[in-house]
Amino acid sequence: MSTPNEGAAGKKHINLKIWRQESPDHEGRFEEFKLPYVKGANVISCLMEIQKNPVTADGKKTTPVVWDSNCLEEVCGSCPMNINGRVRMACSSLVDKLEDPITLEPLSKFPLVRDLAVDRQRMFLALKQVKAWIRIDGTYNLGPGPKQPQGNHAQMYTLSCCMTCGCCLEACPQVQPDNNFIGAAAISQVRLFNMHPTGAFTADERLAGLMQDGGIQDCGKAQNCVEVCPKEIPLTTSISAMNREVTMKVVRDLFFEDVAGKGVGGPG
Amino acid sequence: MAEARYTVVGGGLAGLMAVIKLAEAGKHVDLLSIVPVKRSHSVCAQGGINGAVNTKGEGDSPDIHVKDTLRGGDFLAEQVSVKGMCYAAPGIIYLLDRMGVTFNRTPEGLLDFRRFGGTLYNRTAFAGATTGQQLLYALDEQVRRYEADGLVTKYEYWEWLGMVKDGAGRCVGSVAVDLRTMEIRSFPAEAVMLATGGPGIVFGRSTNSVINTGTAAGRAFIEGAAYANAEFIQVHPTSIPGADKLRLMSESVRGEGGRVWVPRKKGESRPPRDIPDADRYYFLEEKYPKYGNLVPRDVATREIFEVCRNQGLGVGGKDGVYLDVTHIPAKVLDAKIKGVMEIYEKFVGEDPRHTPMIIFPGMHYSMGGLYVTFQPGKDDVPEVNHPKNQATTVPGLYAAGEVDHAYHGANRLGANSLLSCIYSGMIGGPAMIAYAKGQEKKAPAEVFESARKYWVDRFEQIRKLSGSENPYQMGAELGDWMTENVTVVRYNDKLKKTLVKLAEMKDRWSRVNVLDVSNNSNRTLSYVNQLWNMLELGQLITQCALLRDESRGSHFKPDASLPEPKTRDPREDAEWMKLWQVRNDKWAKTTVARWAPNGPEVSYEAVATPVLAPEPRWYA
Ligand code: SF4
Ligand code: SF4
Ligand code: FES
Repeated sequence: MSTPNEGAAGKKHINLKIWRQESPDHEGRFEEFKLPYVKGANVISCLMEIQKNPVTADGKKTTPVVWDSNCLEEVCGSCPMNINGRVRMACSSLVDKLEDPITLEPLSKFPLVRDLAVDRQRMFLALKQVKAWIRIDGTYNLGPGPKQPQGNHAQMYTLSCCMTCGCCLEACPQVQPDNNFIGAAAISQVRLFNMHPTGAFTADERLAGLMQDGGIQDCGKAQNCVEVCPKEIPLTTSISAMNREVTMKVVRDLFFEDVAGKGVGGPG
Repeated sequence: MAEARYTVVGGGLAGLMAVIKLAEAGKHVDLLSIVPVKRSHSVCAQGGINGAVNTKGEGDSPDIHVKDTLRGGDFLAEQVSVKGMCYAAPGIIYLLDRMGVTFNRTPEGLLDFRRFGGTLYNRTAFAGATTGQQLLYALDEQVRRYEADGLVTKYEYWEWLGMVKDGAGRCVGSVAVDLRTMEIRSFPAEAVMLATGGPGIVFGRSTNSVINTGTAAGRAFIEGAAYANAEFIQVHPTSIPGADKLRLMSESVRGEGGRVWVPRKKGESRPPRDIPDADRYYFLEEKYPKYGNLVPRDVATREIFEVCRNQGLGVGGKDGVYLDVTHIPAKVLDAKIKGVMEIYEKFVGEDPRHTPMIIFPGMHYSMGGLYVTFQPGKDDVPEVNHPKNQATTVPGLYAAGEVDHAYHGANRLGANSLLSCIYSGMIGGPAMIAYAKGQEKKAPAEVFESARKYWVDRFEQIRKLSGSENPYQMGAELGDWMTENVTVVRYNDKLKKTLVKLAEMKDRWSRVNVLDVSNNSNRTLSYVNQLWNMLELGQLITQCALLRDESRGSHFKPDASLPEPKTRDPREDAEWMKLWQVRNDKWAKTTVARWAPNGPEVSYEAVATPVLAPEPRWYA
C-alpha cells in the first residue's frame, strides 16, 4: 500500500516519449523527457512541468510542448490524446496508472495543428449538420418549458454530458482524416434532441441531417466508440435508436411521396 | 455594404447570452474566444443556478433572494443590478428549461430545486452535478443556430489583445491574435463586450481553468477601464490539491457527515488509518462544537489555513488536512455522494471510502472586476435597453460575467454566479445596441492600423526576449506569492512585501526567455504577453487588499477585525453596534482603481442603497 508521500513501487522518475511536430508541413519525431516523480501527477501536469524547463532527457534544449487543455477535470473535452497507444483524456490520465515510459501522440483522425494539438472543427460542423439545438421562439419570458418525466431526464442527462472531445471519432474505423463521417457523438446528440418534447417537433430536420453524405449510413457498427467514451455515453444504443428513426422516416417519406405525388423537403 | 458589427470576447455563459441577445435583434456578432466556446470555464460549475421560483411552498420570493444576496455580499454589491438579477431569475431558469437544459425533475415532471449556502430556501435548480456544463451547452447550441443562419462568426483560438480607440477615447474595436497562425488583426465594432471570466491563474493553482489568467481584464485596466473591488477573492474551503490545479470538492461531503482533522503531532508519519482517535485533532469540531464541520465557508477556510500555515499541522507538514468519510458505510456514500467520490478517485487515484481525502482551500472566484454601471429604472431595477448597463468607464466597452464587479460584493453566494453571468449578458447585449444608436458611425481607418501595428511590434519585441527567466516558472512564482499572502488571511506587512516582489518581477519580465520563436501555434509568445497582464492584476489585487483596513466578506485581516459581539444577535450589543457603525461608515464602499504607471490609484465610492440598508451580517 502506498502512503500519501510515497510513489507507487518507489518510483523516482517519470519518463515520457512525446510526439513533436512543428506543423503539418514539418517532419515529426519523438522527444524523450525525464521528470522527477510527483505523487498524483497526470499527463497534463507533466506537460506543465516540461514548460517550466523544456529540456529533453539527453539534455537538449527544446520548445515547450503544444497541447490543448482547459478545465483539467474532464468536463471541457479539450485534451484527448493517444496515450500509450490508446485514446483518452490527458487530464484524467494519472501517471500511476500508466505504464512507464508514457508515450504521447496526437489524435490521428484530425488535422494536426502542432505537437499534440489537433483541429476538431469537423465535430462542431457535424453538430450544425444535424441541427443539434432546440428551436425556441425567442429569449423572452414565455413561461416554463414542458413537463418531463424523471426517467427521461436521467437518460437525456447522460446524453447531454457529451463534451465533444472526439475520443469516439478517434477510435472509429469509419472516421478517416479524408472523409466526412459525422461520427457517433453527433448521432447521439440527435437522439438527445429528438427525445426532448419541443425538440421532437423538428425531429425530421435532424434525421435529414443524419441521412446526408457522411451520415449515419456510414457507421459500420464496430462499437469501438462506446468503449473509449470517457463519459460512458451509450453510443451504440443511440446509433441503433437513430437507425430505426431514420428507417421509419424513409418509409414515411416514400409513403408521403406516393400519396401526395411530390417529394418532401430535403435536408435544410 | 458596411454592416454594423459587434464584438463579444469570451464564450462562457455571459458572452454567449450577450451574443444571443445581439443576434436575436438581427445584429452581426464576431465572437472571439481563446478556446472553442464549448470548452469555456463555465462548464466547471457544479452546483446550480438560483431563482426564487418557490415550487416547494416555502414562501420564497425574489425579494428574499435579493436580501440574501446583498447580505451575503456584506453590502458591497451593486443593488440595482442585484435586484434586477433576482427578479429576472425565475424567467431565466424557465428560458434555459425551454432551451432543453436537462434540469433535474420532481415526480410531477416540474423543475426540482435544492438548498444552497447562505439561504433558508430550496432555490437552486440543478442538472446533475454539472449544471454549468449543461447551461453552457444550451447557450452554445442556440449560438450555433445563429451561426448557421450567418449572424454569428466565431473566431475560436483567437486571443483578444487590446482595444482600438478613436481620437475621442471611444472603444471602436479590438486587436486580436490567431493562436494558430499568429496573425494579428483588428476587429472594428460598434461596441465591444469583454466576457472573459476571472483571474484564478494569477494565484497559480486554483479551481479555475487554464485560460482564466485575467489577461483581458488586466489589459483593459491598463488601457483605462476602471477596476472595482479587486481585493475580494473567494477561497473555497475544500478542494483537492493537485500538481496542476485545485479541483473542487463539494460541500455536500461535509453535509453527509465528513469530518475534518489533522494529526495532533507535528511530523506524524503514520498513515491516517493507523492514527488512533486520541491522536487526531478534529479542529472544527473542537473549536465550533455547535456547527462542527459545517461552519460557514469563510470560517472553515480560515481555520484550515490556520492549522496548516501557523500551527504547522498540515498532513506531511504540507498544505492539506484530512476530509474523512471512512467511518460512513461505502453503501451510504454511494447512495448519496457517488459523483463526488468518483472525482476524487479519478484524479487522486485513491478510494476515499477507505482512505481519508486530503483537501485544502482553493482560490475560486473573483467578486471584483471591471467597474460597470447601471441605469436605475422603475422599482430600482436596471432600465432595459439602456446604454449605461454593464458599461465600463471606457465608452463602447462593456463587461459581463465574472469579469464585471457588480453582483456579488464582498462575497458570492453559491449558485449565484451562473445566474449573474446569464443576467449580465442578457442586459449587456441590448445595452450595446442602445449605445451604438447614439454614436457617429465612422472611426478613421488609421486608428485600426496603428493599434494593429502596436501589437505586431509588441509581439516582435517579445519574440526577441532571450534572457534567463522561464516565463512559466515566473507564473508559478507569482501564483505562490499571491496564494501565500493575498488569499485567506491578510497582513499588511506581508501585503507590502508582496508588492515589492511584484515590482521586482515586473522588472524581471524583460529578462524572460520566449523559449519558442516559431510562427505556428506559439503559445509561449502569447503567454509571455499574458504574464505581464497577470502581474498588473496581481499588483492591483494586492494594493487594494493592503488599503482596505477592515475585514469584510472574503477579505479578512486579523489586525483590523471587529471584536466578537457579546450577544448572539449583534444588534442587541449596543457597544458593538457603535463599532460596527463606524466601520460601516468608513468602509461600506466600492473600491475603484485606475491604472497609473507607478501602480494603481485607488479611491472609494459610496454604495447606493436604494434596495436594502446595510446591517451586520450574521448567521446565528
Ligand atoms: S459503431 Fe463503430 S463505426 Fe459506428 S460510430 Fe461507433 S465506432 Fe464508428
Ligand atoms: S460521445 Fe463520448 S467520446 Fe464521443 S465526443 Fe462525446 S464524450 Fe467524447
Ligand atoms: S482539460 Fe478539460 S477535459 Fe481534460
